[in-house]
Amino acid sequence: MLEIEKLAVEREERLLFSGLSVKLSAGEGLHIVGKNGAGKTTLLRVLCGLTSSVAGTIKWCDQDVTEFREEFCSDLLYLGHKNANKTELNCRENLKLALGVQSVSDTEISDALHEAGLGMLSHLPTRFLSQGQQRRLSLARLLLSKATLWVLDEPYVALDYKAIEWLDSILERHLKNKGLLVLTSHQTLTMSSSIRVLNLGEQHA
Amino acid sequence: MHKMLWKLFSRDMTLFMHRKQDVVTVLGFFLVAVALFPLGISSDPELLRTIAPGAVWIAALFSTVLALDRLFSEDLDDGTLEQQMLMPVPISLLLLVRLVAHWVITGLPLVLLAPLMGLQFGLAFNEIVILTLSLLIGTPILVLLGAIGAALTVGLKSSGGLVTLLLLPLYVPVLILGTSAVTSVMNGVDVTAHFSLMGAALLVSLVLSPFAVATALKITLD
Repeated sequence: MLEIEKLAVEREERLLFSGLSVKLSAGEGLHIVGKNGAGKTTLLRVLCGLTSSVAGTIKWCDQDVTEFREEFCSDLLYLGHKNANKTELNCRENLKLALGVQSVSDTEISDALHEAGLGMLSHLPTRFLSQGQQRRLSLARLLLSKATLWVLDEPYVALDYKAIEWLDSILERHLKNKGLLVLTSHQTLTMSSSIRVLNLGEQHA
Repeated sequence: MHKMLWKLFSRDMTLFMHRKQDVVTVLGFFLVAVALFPLGISSDPELLRTIAPGAVWIAALFSTVLALDRLFSEDLDDGTLEQQMLMPVPISLLLLVRLVAHWVITGLPLVLLAPLMGLQFGLAFNEIVILTLSLLIGTPILVLLGAIGAALTVGLKSSGGLVTLLLLPLYVPVLILGTSAVTSVMNGVDVTAHFSLMGAALLVSLVLSPFAVATALKITLD
């Protein structure tokens, strides 16, 4: 479903990687590893269309994503380094805004917040939440999202032991439901589902 | 599609409800700036009547620039801007909705306050009507053009000065048309031409500005 062909990306005139080709079909996960500065975040951003590449194509369901941007975006969920929560809004309002054009009922939001361990805090403006709690809030989107392709940049950062297990279970459920997953993380994944590993450091220019 | 756009519009409205102080700052600036003209220049009623259109228009212009500072910067910092760019909606359409919302929140109040400012300077009824109408057409142009500057400088640390410099040449024609419409009606001259030109400028900026802003934001996020 997701095809990356001969992708090359440059940052500030420095070639990060070139000739990168990956194919990912339904139910498959891709774990991108590499040392700091290898271009993991950049690869994810290029994949989403936020950053431009110098060469290569990205296809989703056999369609070039730059041509069919809106179709691609409706299947895509991207969580970056920033949590994308508005500090003056409470958890409930943030989650509703974050789901954008997708409509969800109030009970679904309550359930998601409860599962994320934020049930008691849902009325608080998010500026009162800890880093880990804010991360949980942005991860709560995964519970409600209908997107098939999840692109997660360091989703495990700031999470405690229990939350890591919780996230693992969400990701496994997603893969089991024929979803696709691309993530970066410095830790070794403990999920039981098989996830392919792509080492960016080995892709020499 | 309509539902999507309405959701985007209400998003900005929700945020505004939590951030009233921003709007109060802009309105306060407008009121104070206009009120200071008589104190700083002269209390001669005839002179005040002459400078009234310029005073109100310049204050409105700077209030708009002040408000534009917050248009994209917070969204860029907290990461919601990149989430918006990934929405399954054409980006320029999304930005048009946001700019309309921004004008309703920060521009429309200026227009509504304009009659009061006109009274303060002792303008006649028909002059007040023309002043208000000129701002009603003019402030959306200021927002639409200003958004291009705001989008181009959103990643910079202190963008305020640069935005003002970038926007000055674009704002001058709007300012001239707006103030001269009021001056013309004071001198009993027909103002149709002024309004036709401003209307044309509004339509052109409505169509072109969202595309320019979208391109500028893509460059910023790249």
